[in-house]
Amino acid sequence: MKTFKKSLLAISFIGLTSTAFAYEPSKPTCIAPAKPGGGFDLTCRVVSTGFERAELLQKPMAVTFMPGGVGAVAYNHINKVNPDDGDALVAFSSGSLLNLAQGKFGKGLDENDARWVGTAGVDYGAIMVKSDAPWQTLGELVEDMRKDPSAFVLGAGGGVGSQDWMKAAILMKASSIDPKKMRYVAYEGGGEAVAALMGGHIKVYPGDIGEMKGQLDAGKVRVLAVMSPKRLEGEFASIPTAHEQGFDAEWTIMRGYYLGPKVSDEAYQYWSNKFAEAYKTDAFKQTVAEKGLMPFYMHGAALDEYVKVRVQDMRELAKAAGLIK
Amino acid sequence: METLDFLATGFSVALAPMNLALVLIGCFVGTLIGSLPGIGPINGVAILLPLAYAMGFPPESALILLAGVYYGAEYGGRISSILLNVPGDAGAIMTTLDGYPMSQKGEGGRALALSAVASFAGSIGALILIVLFAPLLSELALKFGPSEFVWLMAFAFTCLATMVGSRPLKTTVGVIIGLLLATVGVDSGTGVLRFTMDIPNFFDGVDFLVVVIGMFAISEVLILLENWLKNDMKLTPVGKSFVSMSDLIAVKWVVLRSTLIGFVIGVLPGTGASIGSAVAYGTEKRFAEGNDDQFGKGDIRGLAAPEAANNASAAGSMLPMLTLGIPGSGTTAILLGALLMFNITPGPLLFEQQPEIAWGLIASMFVGNIALLVMNLPLIGMFVRLLSIKQSYLVPIIVMLTFIGIYSIHGDSFDLYFMVLLGVFAFILRKLGFSLAPVILGLVLGGVLEENLRRALSISGGEWGILFNGPISISLAVATLVAATGPFIYKALKPKQ
Repeated sequence: MKTFKKSLLAISFIGLTSTAFAYEPSKPTCIAPAKPGGGFDLTCRVVSTGFERAELLQKPMAVTFMPGGVGAVAYNHINKVNPDDGDALVAFSSGSLLNLAQGKFGKGLDENDARWVGTAGVDYGAIMVKSDAPWQTLGELVEDMRKDPSAFVLGAGGGVGSQDWMKAAILMKASSIDPKKMRYVAYEGGGEAVAALMGGHIKVYPGDIGEMKGQLDAGKVRVLAVMSPKRLEGEFASIPTAHEQGFDAEWTIMRGYYLGPKVSDEAYQYWSNKFAEAYKTDAFKQTVAEKGLMPFYMHGAALDEYVKVRVQDMRELAKAAGLIK
Repeated sequence: METLDFLATGFSVALAPMNLALVLIGCFVGTLIGSLPGIGPINGVAILLPLAYAMGFPPESALILLAGVYYGAEYGGRISSILLNVPGDAGAIMTTLDGYPMSQKGEGGRALALSAVASFAGSIGALILIVLFAPLLSELALKFGPSEFVWLMAFAFTCLATMVGSRPLKTTVGVIIGLLLATVGVDSGTGVLRFTMDIPNFFDGVDFLVVVIGMFAISEVLILLENWLKNDMKLTPVGKSFVSMSDLIAVKWVVLRSTLIGFVIGVLPGTGASIGSAVAYGTEKRFAEGNDDQFGKGDIRGLAAPEAANNASAAGSMLPMLTLGIPGSGTTAILLGALLMFNITPGPLLFEQQPEIAWGLIASMFVGNIALLVMNLPLIGMFVRLLSIKQSYLVPIIVMLTFIGIYSIHGDSFDLYFMVLLGVFAFILRKLGFSLAPVILGLVLGGVLEENLRRALSISGGEWGILFNGPISISLAVATLVAATGPFIYKALKPKQ
């Protein structure tokens, strides 16, 4: 059956090549699979504003919203209703991939049911405490935590199995503390978790560094470590990585876009090329930086392969943590 | 005084000709949107947000326009609540309890006029409190941890249990239906999917707006249709619209208390006008103990309380949004999105670094509320005429607006089917004599209660003692106990007198 479908697809591709050699979207759209204001909204703004400033599109790109299940509703919609709509990019993040890996995107759907086309940039995990907390380094915090893990309440913007939880679990693992002893509290989004940190309800917040852009001056929160492979630039340059402090804890939040599974090769190539062009312009780079993201540029087949490998890694990780069988 | 300087800066922003025009437009559009059944402030703000962005307004102007729509809709929401028994949004649910009976008695005009004044008083009162306590309150809001929220919800539920008067059993069943709906979706603590039946649309839980509009608007349409078919449709005369001094004097303490309650609850992160108006209504019923037999049948106190409270919460919920970046309600969540779109990060520094935005918005709310009062009193006749259109036109218009409104949230026809299903279910409930307000409040409060109870227990490692961990929790626990036992003690004492 599957091969039959594939051959059908191949035929339709041949049919399309003759008519739509130079693909040009008539209604370029970016679907943010969440309510306005969140990370997916931001991801879509990167491509719509970035492409506009770099003058890559003939028509302005619209941003629409399709909230539900960290992207599950949009993933199902694209697969069932519009699998061949070459005009619509959909935003995704590592959080979507993590849910995909755990089978939380609906029955029978996995990473092969989309065409991963371009990235917006990355953000990194960060270990944060209140600014008047006694710990100055990650080492001091972990040392105290080892004494009595159950006295340390960690909280972040997602439930068990979410990428916020993953960050906490990775930190525990790197400090050789049993993640099962961790007291983890789930909040609705990073904003609530930061408020809980300031109110003293949680002690440690494994959040994202990007959301702290412009906030560090306020002096309410202290970042003990950033979970990036090497030191970041700009206002975050003074924050040491977890690696530097002797902890093998890394978490990269990737943001990017996919197209429907049956989108023509022409349309896929069109977007892939546009991303390649955009990555070379200062206008796009500046947009990425403004939105609190750090550069990570990958497009087309390379990204498609990267995503599939990453989802497989996450599947292993989720199995190890006992989240899935 | 520093605050006064900032406020003066704010007024200079708010009174600039373009911003003044925008606040007036926002308020008028808001009232119109709010008065149409099924389209509440959330939809109104969401619809205008892209427009405000596309017009290229400076951030403070766009925010002033959108906020005008927000509190304008809080005013407008009462119109359909009172005249049609269809709340425009969750904050107006409590208004139906006494507002609709009043209009059935031919006192619609009186109810509309009185509620406009109560709304005005609630908003202005809350704004004065914002100016006075802005820095202090953002600190207090932070003190509210999981256990404090658990007790706040418990208090709200106990108030609720006796709220809808003579039918505590049916109220309880209604609350339970709401609680059951609240359990659908991904479990916030463990990430396990509950009762989703593998339908991805349920992964985030049932959508609040779909439930509200389905249960209220669709069931209302079915009831309208039923009456129409039975041919006993009678148009309730609105009566003369007036504000009488004696009414105002009778509710002055009610309004004051409700403003305070609404404001405090609005400031708390994660709660909004729906909870504020419910708690205010319950409190007033308690205050009127022994003299409360008119509650639910058209008591002006039962009308003034939720109206003052929901407007006060609407204003109050702006505070955590601006100072902490935490939305106090669904609508402020969208406003927060608007701020982020303009590259403004709300937070403790906003008031210091960009006073023209924070204080400009606050000053514009003073201007807007005065405009709304002026607009609402003489124009009640016009808004009422909008609703006294013949049923044969009104029903299709309501249906059309609800379908558009719901489809615009997710752009998915699944929501439409689910909304109709809920509408039929609610119609049956209403035929059986159930009130819908407890169902909706069960849904809203249930989610907050469960999440916070789970958070509290995961902080303490399963130790229930955490629920009594501070003065705020203990006071709220005592208040809950008093609310729960009060009526029985009162009854036991009464015969002795």
